[in-house]
Amino acid sequence: MSRIKIFDATLRDGSHAVNHQITKEQIRDYCLAMDEAGMYTIVVGHGNGLGASSLQVGLSLLTDHEMISTARKYLRRSKLGVYMIPGFGTIRDQLIPAIEDGVDLFKIGCHCTEADTTKSHIEYLAKNGKEVYGVLMMYHMASPEKLLEESLKMQSYGARGIILMDSAGASTIEMVQSVVSLLCENLDIKVGFHSHNNLGIAVATMYAAIKEGATIVDGTLAGFGAGAGNCQLEALIALLQKCGIKTNTNFYKILDCVDTVMPKIMNHSVSPDSISIVSGQAGVFSAFKVHVLRAAKTFKVDPRDIFMEVGRRKAVGGQEDIIVEVAQKLRQQNFHRQENYQIEALL
Amino acid sequence: MMSSIQPKGGVESQPFKVNAAIIGTGNIGSDLLIKIERSQWLKCSLFTGRSLNSAGIKKASERGVTVSAKSIDAIIEDPSCCDIVFDATNAESHKYHSKILHRLKKFTIDLTPARVGKMCVPVLNLKECIKVDNVNMITCGGQATVPLASAITSVNPEAVKYIEIVASISSKSAGAGTRSNIDEFTQTTRDALSYFTKTKNTKAIIILNSAEPPVHMRNTIYALIDNPDVSAITKAVKNMAQRIQKYVPGYRLLYEPVFENGRLTTAVEVIGQGDFLPKYAGNLDIITCAAIEVAEHYAKNLIYERSKSA
Repeated sequence: MSRIKIFDATLRDGSHAVNHQITKEQIRDYCLAMDEAGMYTIVVGHGNGLGASSLQVGLSLLTDHEMISTARKYLRRSKLGVYMIPGFGTIRDQLIPAIEDGVDLFKIGCHCTEADTTKSHIEYLAKNGKEVYGVLMMYHMASPEKLLEESLKMQSYGARGIILMDSAGASTIEMVQSVVSLLCENLDIKVGFHSHNNLGIAVATMYAAIKEGATIVDGTLAGFGAGAGNCQLEALIALLQKCGIKTNTNFYKILDCVDTVMPKIMNHSVSPDSISIVSGQAGVFSAFKVHVLRAAKTFKVDPRDIFMEVGRRKAVGGQEDIIVEVAQKLRQQNFHRQENYQIEALL
Repeated sequence: MMSSIQPKGGVESQPFKVNAAIIGTGNIGSDLLIKIERSQWLKCSLFTGRSLNSAGIKKASERGVTVSAKSIDAIIEDPSCCDIVFDATNAESHKYHSKILHRLKKFTIDLTPARVGKMCVPVLNLKECIKVDNVNMITCGGQATVPLASAITSVNPEAVKYIEIVASISSKSAGAGTRSNIDEFTQTTRDALSYFTKTKNTKAIIILNSAEPPVHMRNTIYALIDNPDVSAITKAVKNMAQRIQKYVPGYRLLYEPVFENGRLTTAVEVIGQGDFLPKYAGNLDIITCAAIEVAEHYAKNLIYERSKSA
């Protein structure tokens, strides 16, 4: 038995990359190909989780119920997982229907400093015997001590593990090491990591997290995900094999899915392109990319400037509405330009 | 008619103040206390919570206000202490309090998202609200966005397919009640959007931002509308914002309605008056300002009725 549990976020985080237009057929094909590949859980839903389909972050093609019930039909071995952020979704409107639809595993997330907003949700799920994990998003914005404090809260609510999300891909290797080691030393529950590839090190940061004691790997096939994408699971699994860390996965099944199913889901390959690198450097939630590019076009401003300004304002995940305002302001400023974001980026 | 009753001299000599009790001594209750001190029509006769050690209770004691740690029991023991009760506890507690306050015949203004009583946005339905015995102030996000959503819808109600709002507030301004009521917040705000705009499809999202220095309260309103008349909508939105500014001085449009990406969008910022919490806590300010507006209107009516029967 491997101590590493893989949380497959391909259909969930990948949803961002295709404007939340994942179809029932794609969910079916993916679940059929991956059910026996050794994933601990396969997570489905809108990129921002249950209840997040909105004009703010993007309307979803399918309802939460349609996505969950489709995946439910094809998953036997892997647990069916969902993600939810309180403030987008609620117990009454999202969690109870998801339980009725047969979801096995829940991840409840919040901005990394706001763990107490997940209290009622984690407690509700734990009391009802559901497997529930806490997620701290944008973890680069808080100190290791603060992250430990927030993780301890989630542990006290009944979470079975804490997953840190590098939602902006703004992590350095050293940041991962210091935070994960502190959490592993002080928590009684599992620690997990979810990395973004904005600076080209998503597999490396995940590996660093595992070396410090993380046992939950939250990543995606082909790195499919918001912005520059996530930790590419097949590459990580190969690396872990070389390093003697067992994953108990069916490697060829995973590669077959990457080669045959993923091309039908992904309409473009994800990589750290120029815009995504700026996004990571600015520390902006990776899923803002689509919205920034659209606003840059509408208001005729440099998308890199939007990222730098949004980063400076310390926007958190879900604050996509700030983009239109920033783009409008930049357009007005362009005539008598006061800011030089390029210089700021290099400081 | 009521304008004839003006306080004579300073606030101290005003003989016609109506007594109000505040239950809940957190951020919202404490902010109400400070605003009531400025009111020409209201007097805080009781400030009651669960602990005599809270920051709010200490502030109230310093100001010579009667305080109690018996929460609602303090009102049950002395029902004559007030005509108006502000409930600034949490949704679960208000469900219990509301039954008692109804029996005691107190005009109750509920600042939790419990939604027991009539939903109230002063600029939209103040007059109807003072006729009932329990008024619900929805949520801070509701007070900020529902009137603008209503203005947007008023131009051509049939063409509006969907309305969505996003409220972002600073972490520091969200007290324990707000945090534990995050589900009630989104559900109650959404219900208010549907009720006041008569649009079935609505959604509310709340975001807490922990940036330092704390961010101002910021609200975005989105609408899906067939062929929107942007100039007529802009006129209606600006007019509504001006009317809200009369009781929420820090309310201002961040940008006028724009039609982009197939959606109509406008945003508003609320800067607080810096009463109990600093100015970033516009979310606190907007709901307490709205509650005071309702209470003052009720008080003026009561004073008028009493002067007639005297």
